[in-house]
Amino acid sequence: MRASFVTSEVGAGLRRNLTMTFAVIITVAVSLALFGVSLLVRAQVTTMQDFWYDKVEVSIFLCSRGSDAPSCASGAVTDAQRDQIRADLESLRPLVEEVYYESKAEAFERFREQFANSPIVENVTEEALPESFRVKLADPTQYDVVASAFAGRPGIEQVNDQRKVLDQFFRLLNGLQAIALLIAIIMLIVTVLLIVNTMRVAAFSRRRETGIMRLVGASNFYIQLPFLLEAAVAAALGAGLAIISLVAVKSFVIDGVLAPSFQFTAFVGWDAVIAIAPILLLTGIALASLAAFFTLRKYLRV
Amino acid sequence: MILFDHVTKTYPSQNRPALDDVSLEIEKGEFVFLVGPSGSGKSTFLRLVLREERPNTGSVWVLGKELSRLSNWKIPALRRQIGTVFQDFRLLPNKSVFENVAFALEVIGKPRSHIRKVVPEVLEVVGLEDKMERRPDELSGGEQQRVAIARAFVNRPMLLIADEPTGNLDPNTSIGIMKLLDRINRLGTTVIMSTHDAQIVDQMRRRVIELETGHVVRDQSRGVYGYAR
Repeated sequence: MRASFVTSEVGAGLRRNLTMTFAVIITVAVSLALFGVSLLVRAQVTTMQDFWYDKVEVSIFLCSRGSDAPSCASGAVTDAQRDQIRADLESLRPLVEEVYYESKAEAFERFREQFANSPIVENVTEEALPESFRVKLADPTQYDVVASAFAGRPGIEQVNDQRKVLDQFFRLLNGLQAIALLIAIIMLIVTVLLIVNTMRVAAFSRRRETGIMRLVGASNFYIQLPFLLEAAVAAALGAGLAIISLVAVKSFVIDGVLAPSFQFTAFVGWDAVIAIAPILLLTGIALASLAAFFTLRKYLRV
Repeated sequence: MILFDHVTKTYPSQNRPALDDVSLEIEKGEFVFLVGPSGSGKSTFLRLVLREERPNTGSVWVLGKELSRLSNWKIPALRRQIGTVFQDFRLLPNKSVFENVAFALEVIGKPRSHIRKVVPEVLEVVGLEDKMERRPDELSGGEQQRVAIARAFVNRPMLLIADEPTGNLDPNTSIGIMKLLDRINRLGTTVIMSTHDAQIVDQMRRRVIELETGHVVRDQSRGVYGYAR
């Protein structure tokens, strides 16, 4: 096996089929970029889940005067009820990691901070806001234990899991990721078909050479290697472009636009990009080589 | 060298066999003409020897191996011991004479030093040592066929198969090609040549195998093209 001979054959082959090579590079780049973005969205969801699940708490709102929930029929929560709830929450350790009581005054203070720039503040009085227990769970998925223990008890208006609100948001992100993945898979199929066709044309346009190679006793491997390498090189170039576009997404879209605008949440780091890049490269090369291999087996038979 | 044992070959789309129960043997060092009208089975015979086709029944032995039992990956090794020459030369148009011959060695992985040594040698055997840098389209038909023969012979094969090598050449040029094939035969290579050229066969007086509709109808040592009526 002479490397210089094989590399010169690969170069000649890529040049001869320049437009097709170009088409393969572009489709590989687009499909892998989409694939990469979908992987990035998944990493983003994981990052946000880690970030937010750590912060979410279960809110147990207590009855105020005028609450219309059935458990509040006897009016505002009494001191005895409040103490009992606190004691019961404490007894749920270690599932309950932290219990924090928020009085009406504190709730009003927080409300005013959150909506500092909104006229809504002027219409809300301290009395309108419920007092509550803020419970942080050691394992946020164990919300049901708390909910079933407290929901509907006299003095408790409502038990709220912030996780549920977040999960809706994550479902949206997961949906986007699934769509991106679906488009990526369709694009990858298109890419495979294009590579199959390109290899067929390449094998046909070089049937003279390959015919002579067969006659003088070149091994199948030797005959197919230049074609396989061509497909792999084109795919590697396409994967390179896909990785560049992924880096662009990370630095311009995420770090440049999203992160400054949404400072309250976490975004995927470069480690995710670094983890995805080799996946894209390997996927591209493996896909192209396999497509080429099975095409050539048909068209370059001994 | 070559043994056909009750070989029948029928192509999938045809009813009549291309070769029908053919048995014959070709010894090492022989020079054999394969004659017969178009469609008589000459090409099928040669394709079976090269293992481009497999027989339906019977067995083909080439260079001591039964080809239907030869696994696919061993076929290249077989073909390296068989040189092939065709009517249409099959040269690469964008490579020089030297490169065309060298190509046969490159694709079987021979080192460059070996190629630089043996290619000029074989080009001298065929009488093209002063045209090594020419391209095929700058050569006459006879010269192009000499390049093809040089490529077939550069590995010093045990067996040379020539499928109507003079089919595209004028009579004078054909004589030159035949002299070259004769010389290669005298160097110890078995030569099987299919042809329609009666004059050449009559002049050479070598073994003649005549095929007709897939049957061997004549097998003569020192034969002529037509029946000796």
